[in-house]
Amino acid sequence: MKEQQFQEKIDLEKKIEPKDWMPVDYRKHLIRQISQHAHSEIIGMQPEGNWISRAPSLRAKMILLAKVQDEAGHGLYLYSACETLGISREELVEQLQDGKAKYSSIFNYPTLSWADMGAVGWLVDGAAIVNQVSLQRTSYGPYSRGMVKICKEESFHQRQGYEIMADMANGTPQQKEMAQDALNRFWWPSIMMFGPQDSDSPRTGNAMKWKIKRQFNDELRQKFIDQTVGQAEVIGLTIPDPDLKWNEEKGHYDFGEMDWDEFWSVVNGNGPCNIQRLEHHKKAHSDGKWVREAAKDYSKKQKSTETN
Amino acid sequence: MSENTDVWEVFIQSKNGLAHKHVGNVHATDKEMALQNARDLYTRRNEGSCIWVVKSEYIVSSESEDGEAFFDPSNDKIYRHPTFYKMPEGSKNI
Repeated sequence: MKEQQFQEKIDLEKKIEPKDWMPVDYRKHLIRQISQHAHSEIIGMQPEGNWISRAPSLRAKMILLAKVQDEAGHGLYLYSACETLGISREELVEQLQDGKAKYSSIFNYPTLSWADMGAVGWLVDGAAIVNQVSLQRTSYGPYSRGMVKICKEESFHQRQGYEIMADMANGTPQQKEMAQDALNRFWWPSIMMFGPQDSDSPRTGNAMKWKIKRQFNDELRQKFIDQTVGQAEVIGLTIPDPDLKWNEEKGHYDFGEMDWDEFWSVVNGNGPCNIQRLEHHKKAHSDGKWVREAAKDYSKKQKSTETN
Repeated sequence: MSENTDVWEVFIQSKNGLAHKHVGNVHATDKEMALQNARDLYTRRNEGSCIWVVKSEYIVSSESEDGEAFFDPSNDKIYRHPTFYKMPEGSKNI
């Protein structure tokens, strides 16, 4: 009965709010998805943070700093949304550090040159935007509102990345080579950010029925590829896929096979940076412990002086 | 010692003269930190001219489940709306 009313509400495109009744599995699915999304924003600060101190100009440095700060903000919006489902921030962080919760595998690849800052902004943020634009219509109110806010802020991220790529592609032969190398390394992991093909995606069923997800992985991936091919052409770079070809009949690009063995191996902890990313998060968290404790003691002390 | 920090709801006035609008929440151990965190998180692009923060535990909310019954008293009082009244033909400025 309740479940039926819930589904009717979803079918009418009404948003579900924190105090509304929801199926246990809906709540569980959301906690998993939103926390994974939040963790991705936070872990995603590392590959870019890596280049702040080595940015090639003051302008580039200020922009990168602002971008990494935005990622922190996006992580916090998402943790907030997730907490409305009855899980605490502390539990969420614990799940990340225990490896119980995942984050996007893309951040387990290293950023080896300045051109990678271009590739990350252009491709990784570009792919994230395609996904997040779709999620603005997700059925859970707090998640949807978070997505709206994040999408407004993300477009600067993608444009600054594309600008870096364009500048390097039009620079010296070595710079162009660096840009092409960054594209070569980030292309396939970026298009795999949309997740497994729908035929192999175990969780899609209910997520679509409950309108947590609004579009299939393959649909979103196709959209990203279609819009990115032209951008690569404009700046004279080549997407590393010999099978990439415009399909007149479908009105989309055909593309080659993705390496799912690599995808699952990175998801399961064997990417180049999995260990490093988590270790860094744990260290930053434990280094900040004394600050959290001092802040607590300070607030207790204030409370006791107020009552005296 | 429990590590849970207080949650504060954040309201932002985007321009002088407008109402404060709820934008989200922050974690903080005291009110000053709550204000500063809210500033850092919600006004990175000049979104506000004033911020309110209030501990989430002090927010009292109606239940959306029995919303219908709760708001029922206003349903049958359509005479509260100006369109309820018949105005004589030709009357103006009313």
